[in-house]
Amino acid sequence: MIKGLAPLAAGLALAVAMQLSAGPIIGPFAVKLLMDIGINVILAVSLNIVNGFTGQFSIGHAGFMAVGGYVAGCFTYYGSYLIWGAPRVQAGWLSGGDLLFVGGCLAGAAVAGAAGFVVGLPSLRLRGDYLAIVTLGFGEILRVMLQRTGDVVTSAEEVRAASWPTLATSLGGSLGFSGLPYYTDLFWVYVFVAVTLLVALRLKFSSLGRAFLSIRENEIAAEAVGVNTTRLKVRAFVLAAAFAGIAGGLFAHEVGTSLNPRELGFQKSFDIVIMVVLGGMGSVSGAVLAAIVLTLLPEALRGFSEFRMPIYALALILMMILRPQGILGLREVWELPWLRRRRS
Amino acid sequence: MTKFLQTLMDGVAVGSLYALIALGYTMVYGILQFINFAHSDVFVLGAWISYTLAVGLGYAAADAEPSVLAAVGILLAAMAACGAAGFTIERLAYRPLRRAPRLNVLITAIGVSLLLQNVGQLKWFFGTQPQRMPSVLADRVLGSVAGVQVHLVDLIGAGTALALMLVLDRLIFHTRLGRAMRAVSHDTTVAALMGINVDAVISFTFVLGSSLAAAAGFLYAMKYPGLNQPAHATWVLLGLKAFVAAVIGGIGNVRGAMLGGILIGFIELFGAAYLSPHLRDIYVFSILILVLLVRPSGILGRAVAEKV
Repeated sequence: MIKGLAPLAAGLALAVAMQLSAGPIIGPFAVKLLMDIGINVILAVSLNIVNGFTGQFSIGHAGFMAVGGYVAGCFTYYGSYLIWGAPRVQAGWLSGGDLLFVGGCLAGAAVAGAAGFVVGLPSLRLRGDYLAIVTLGFGEILRVMLQRTGDVVTSAEEVRAASWPTLATSLGGSLGFSGLPYYTDLFWVYVFVAVTLLVALRLKFSSLGRAFLSIRENEIAAEAVGVNTTRLKVRAFVLAAAFAGIAGGLFAHEVGTSLNPRELGFQKSFDIVIMVVLGGMGSVSGAVLAAIVLTLLPEALRGFSEFRMPIYALALILMMILRPQGILGLREVWELPWLRRRRS
Repeated sequence: MTKFLQTLMDGVAVGSLYALIALGYTMVYGILQFINFAHSDVFVLGAWISYTLAVGLGYAAADAEPSVLAAVGILLAAMAACGAAGFTIERLAYRPLRRAPRLNVLITAIGVSLLLQNVGQLKWFFGTQPQRMPSVLADRVLGSVAGVQVHLVDLIGAGTALALMLVLDRLIFHTRLGRAMRAVSHDTTVAALMGINVDAVISFTFVLGSSLAAAAGFLYAMKYPGLNQPAHATWVLLGLKAFVAAVIGGIGNVRGAMLGGILIGFIELFGAAYLSPHLRDIYVFSILILVLLVRPSGILGRAVAEKV
C-alpha cells in the first residue's frame, strides 16, 4: 500500500515547504511546538515497533534517546571546535554545519542501536515485566554514569589538546551538556519523521512486520511456525533504539531544551509509553496522533497550570478504563470502518 | 572495624525499610501479576501524613516533649490512612481492569502514580516545598559497640520493621485469611470456585501492602527528616529500589521480599562505603540485571513452566 519512494519524496517536499514558510508565518513559538511534536512522533512511532508490534515491554526508551543525544552533541560540539574553533551555528541551510549535525545524529543512531542490541539481548531470557525492569535499570545506570562525566571543555585550545577519550567523557555531568549549537530546524525534524513513518509503515505490512506481530500475539505459536523469535525481538529493539537515538540528536540541538541526564530519565520513558498505549498498540497513525495530542495537551492546559498534571493523570486512568485498546487499536486511520464504508 | 559495623547497622536499617515497601510490591504481583507503580507514592503519602500529624500535634515547636505514645499513634494513623488510600485505589482504578491486558493495568498504575504525586503537590495538600520532619522521639545514643554509636531511632526503626514483618509472615502462613491469599495468588479461578471471595482478598492485600508502605514512610521520615516534595525523583528511585528488592528475592514470594530488601540495603551501603558513594544506584541495578540473567525467578522464587 505504501510503495516506492513517492511517500518519501512527499515527506521531503513537505519538510522543505515547512522550513521555508513556517518561520515567518507562524512565529517561533509555534515552530518550537511543531519541532517538539515531530521529535515525539519519532519517539512514539519507534517505541511502537517494540511495544506495539512485537509486544515486548520496554520502559527505557528515553535511555536510547539520551545515548543518541549525547553522541550527537559530542559530535557537533567538539567537531565544531576542531573545524571552526567555536561551537557556533554555521549559517546556511545544508552547509558544513548542517552536515556535521546530521552526521552526529546518524552516529547517535548507530551508537543507540548498538546499545539497543546490548539491552535487547537479555530479552532472549526474559519476558514481559522482567524485560521492562531491565530496560528501566539500563536507563537508570546510564543516568548515573552520565551524571559522573566531567565538565564540558569550553575553549578551542583545550579541545585540540585533549585526547579523544577525554572529550568523550566531558559531557557536563549532572548539570547537562550546555552550549550545544541550535541546528535542529523544521526541515531536519520532518525529514526524519518522514523516514521513521515510512520505515514503520512498510515494516508493519511486510512479512518481517507480520512476524513481529505474531510474536506479540502468541510467542509460543510464532516459534512453532518457524519464526525466529529471539532474533526478531533483538532486531526490533535495535531498530527502535536507533530511531530514538536520532530523536535524541534532534532534541539535543533544539532551541529551548536542555540535554541533561535527569531530563531523559524514566519520566520521559513513561511519557513515550503513554503515547504508544494511548494511540493504540501497533497503530502507526495512532502513535502519531497520540504524540500530537499529548504534546499539545499540556500547552492547552497551561491556563490552569496547577491542575495540569492531575488532569493529565486522571485522563490517562479514565482512558485505560473506558477505552483500553487506545484511540485506534491495531488499525491505522485509513482502516477505520466508517472511512471504509464511505470509500466503497 | 568501626566502619564495617556502622555500615552493617545502616544496612539493616535501610534494608528493613526496603523490605517493608517490597512486601507491598510482591503481594500485589503475586496476586494480580502487575507492577504497582503507585506503591512508592503510597509510601511517600505515608511519610507526608506522618509529617502533617507530627506538626499538627505540635512537635514542630522547639520545646515539644518527645513521647513514644505519640509516635505509635502517628504510625498507626498513617497506616490506617494509607490502607484506606490503597483500598480506594484498587477499588476505583484497578478493579475495572481485572480482565484487561496487563499492559493497560501497568499504564493505569503509572497514571495513579502521577495523580498521587501531583495532587500531593497541590497547595491544599503538602505543597511543593521540602519540609523537615519534627523529631517525635528523643534521638538518644543508647550506647556504643566497638566505637559505633547505637541510636534509639535506628533501633526502633529496625525493630518496628522486623516486628511488622514477623506479624505479616504469621498472618500469611498461619491464618485462614493468609491461606486464602496464597490460594488466590496460586490460581484465582480455582480459588473462586472453592468459595473464596477473591475481590475481598485482593482488597485486603492492597490494604495490607499500603499500610506496610505507610509504616516504612513513617520510619523513613524519622531516620531522614528532610522530606522532599511528593513528586521529587528521589522518591521514585526509592520505590524502584524496593521493587528491585522484591524481584531479587523472587517476586510473589513474601519471604523473598524481606530477604531481598535487606540484601539491597547491604549492597547499596557497603558499595557506597567501600567502593564509591556516587555509584550506589548503579550497584543496585547491576545486581538486578545480574540476578535476572542468572536466575530470572529470583533467589527464593520458583521457575514456572509455561503451558502451551
